[in-house]
Amino acid sequence: MALLEAKHVTKQFGGLTAVNDVSLTIEAGSIVSVIGPNGAGKTTFFNVLTGIYKPTSGAIVFDGKDITGLRPDQITALGICRTFQNIRLFNAMTVLENVLVGMHTRLNAGLWQILFGTPAVRAEERASLNRARELLKFVNLDHQRNQLARNLPYGDQRRLEIARALAASPKLILLDEPTAGMNPQETAEATELIRRLRDELGITVVLIEHDMRVVMTISERITVLDYGTKIAEGLPDEIRSNPRVIEAYLGKGAAAHGVEQVGG
Amino acid sequence: MTADNRQVGQSASLWGQLRAMAGRGPAPYVLTLAYAAIVSALLLLNPTTGLGTDMVVVLFLLLMFVIYRAPTMLAFKLTLGTILLAVVMPVFGVLNPFYIDVVTKAGMFAALALGLNVVVGFAGLLDLGYVAFFAVGAYLWGIFSTPQISNIVPGMEPLHGSWFWLFLAIGLAVGAFFGVLLGLPVLRLRGDYLAIVTLGLGEVIRVLATNLDRPINITNGAQGIKDVGRPPLFIEPLFQSLGITISRLQEYQLYFYFLVLLVLALTVFVVHRLNDSRIGRAWTAIREDETAAIAMGIPLVRMKLLAFAVGASFAGTMGVIFSALQTFINPPTFDLLRSIGILSMVILGGMGSIPGTMLGAVIVTLLDLQLLPRIANELAALQRRGVPIPSWFDPAQYQRLLFGLLLVIMMIFRPEGLLPEDRRRQELHHDEPEPAPEAKTSPAVPESAQSVEG
Repeated sequence: MALLEAKHVTKQFGGLTAVNDVSLTIEAGSIVSVIGPNGAGKTTFFNVLTGIYKPTSGAIVFDGKDITGLRPDQITALGICRTFQNIRLFNAMTVLENVLVGMHTRLNAGLWQILFGTPAVRAEERASLNRARELLKFVNLDHQRNQLARNLPYGDQRRLEIARALAASPKLILLDEPTAGMNPQETAEATELIRRLRDELGITVVLIEHDMRVVMTISERITVLDYGTKIAEGLPDEIRSNPRVIEAYLGKGAAAHGVEQVGG
Repeated sequence: MTADNRQVGQSASLWGQLRAMAGRGPAPYVLTLAYAAIVSALLLLNPTTGLGTDMVVVLFLLLMFVIYRAPTMLAFKLTLGTILLAVVMPVFGVLNPFYIDVVTKAGMFAALALGLNVVVGFAGLLDLGYVAFFAVGAYLWGIFSTPQISNIVPGMEPLHGSWFWLFLAIGLAVGAFFGVLLGLPVLRLRGDYLAIVTLGLGEVIRVLATNLDRPINITNGAQGIKDVGRPPLFIEPLFQSLGITISRLQEYQLYFYFLVLLVLALTVFVVHRLNDSRIGRAWTAIREDETAAIAMGIPLVRMKLLAFAVGASFAGTMGVIFSALQTFINPPTFDLLRSIGILSMVILGGMGSIPGTMLGAVIVTLLDLQLLPRIANELAALQRRGVPIPSWFDPAQYQRLLFGLLLVIMMIFRPEGLLPEDRRRQELHHDEPEPAPEAKTSPAVPESAQSVEG
């Protein structure tokens, strides 16, 4: 069953077409990668999916519901959450508070209930604290919960971003370069965590990734974008040998390294 | 090993030892009580007006923050605080009517600063036009309780003072409404742009107040509104039954003192509740990173408007009280400098911190109304007595210089404010204890690495 369907999505900024007529179907329970050279429109595509940008044309259907043009908070409430390419934590908040913010759409306390401190609100706060602790344990950060987010080491910050996204109880999580800037050990841990998101929590995962080893290891399907256009889609083995993909990477100069990784 | 453990272990400095000693066992109770007793005695036994009493009043108000911070039982804090604020201060106020006015003003500005703190400190929306909402509340009651109202609604009599109570609530609602109204055009703006637009909107309200005497005389223009109505004194019979006879003026002073105290307490309660909820967390998230906050599902428009509305509502109510307290309002009272003054209270005290903001308000108000003029007076007196201070130096003209210097020094040496938000204190002092970077230093090769690669 398709969880997310992007139909002919186009996003233009003035004269620049960042995403050009991209169609993509993501099956529930799969791990899918979106790859492509720098500036291929991957992050813009994520921003369109999560409602930060409205598509110029095309439609997005999530879980059987048309979400084209909805506000980001509405889309999050429906079950899509994300992380960012350059980490965007709430730096001056504690680790635990970061996760609690992620839970915003799942909490119901209204202004007056909060002011009167009704039992329902207090119960909700308690429950959300417990849930936040569970999520922190899941990403192995519970011992750091009272630290400021900014004081965490890099790898921990990445994991906190995932925990924060999980707090919204998403059905689909979009990870924007989850292993960028990590050393091999951290990358291996992150890869394992991504796998656990799907295997243990049943969340569908879409990731943008440059590290071909990660992409080839965990993706079940891969979509390749270049200059905003989808140039290939398929199983990892198909993508590895696809001439258009190799050409796209070679054309960007950084390709030699990339191809080596694709080949290796 | 947690950072807390290490901090306690390493506080070997003299100051640290003293603090540790003062915080153990019955020591905090004894010390706080002694402080309270000395200050109360000084106030009640020597209620003269002068620099000495000024200082004692400052110490008295600082005592409130000492009580707040002292490691004692909540019941002790509440009892002591209530005795000091509800008995000692009013009695002193009867003995010396000058000071209670200043304390009332300090309370009023504390509530205003708390309101602005919601917008600036919590949600990170730099608002330079905050005093506009204060003006709206003040003019609301000013117009309805004076003959001005008959210019708008022909034939309508000024409202009786007993309507004042209802207008406290109406001021709250109207303030919130204006908060949303002025919040709408700035929703998409951040940082400097937001500051400039709010500055402009604040000026718009002041200019409207100055010029809305034509074609219909609503605000009475630059002359302002005088003889604003005051609420009836329901405490008068109470005083008479207790056999206390004080002048009407003093009764009003006490009345407004308690009213401001009550509204301030309510404000603290509301702000505290909100800050500790999903709403407060959403505000902080917006302050920290708007884009990430949106992506986490926080409805940006609703939360920003809520911050503006909550902040403005307190200003609206305080405006109603202010106009009744002063019985005279005019546009210059609500100029840009006043907005900036309130902002400096928030920043001086500690942005985002409830006790900090109140401390900032108290200190700035006391400096403004009492200490700086007094120091200037004393200097002038010395000058007259022949102390060699150059004659071109007019202390009264230079008193603001001291205030400016104080702000500069504060921002250089303690940018997070006097009593910063706990989180913010950690944020601005990176050089102090850092958490152990455990994950980075462990060189162990994980078993999972091989299995993933293979």
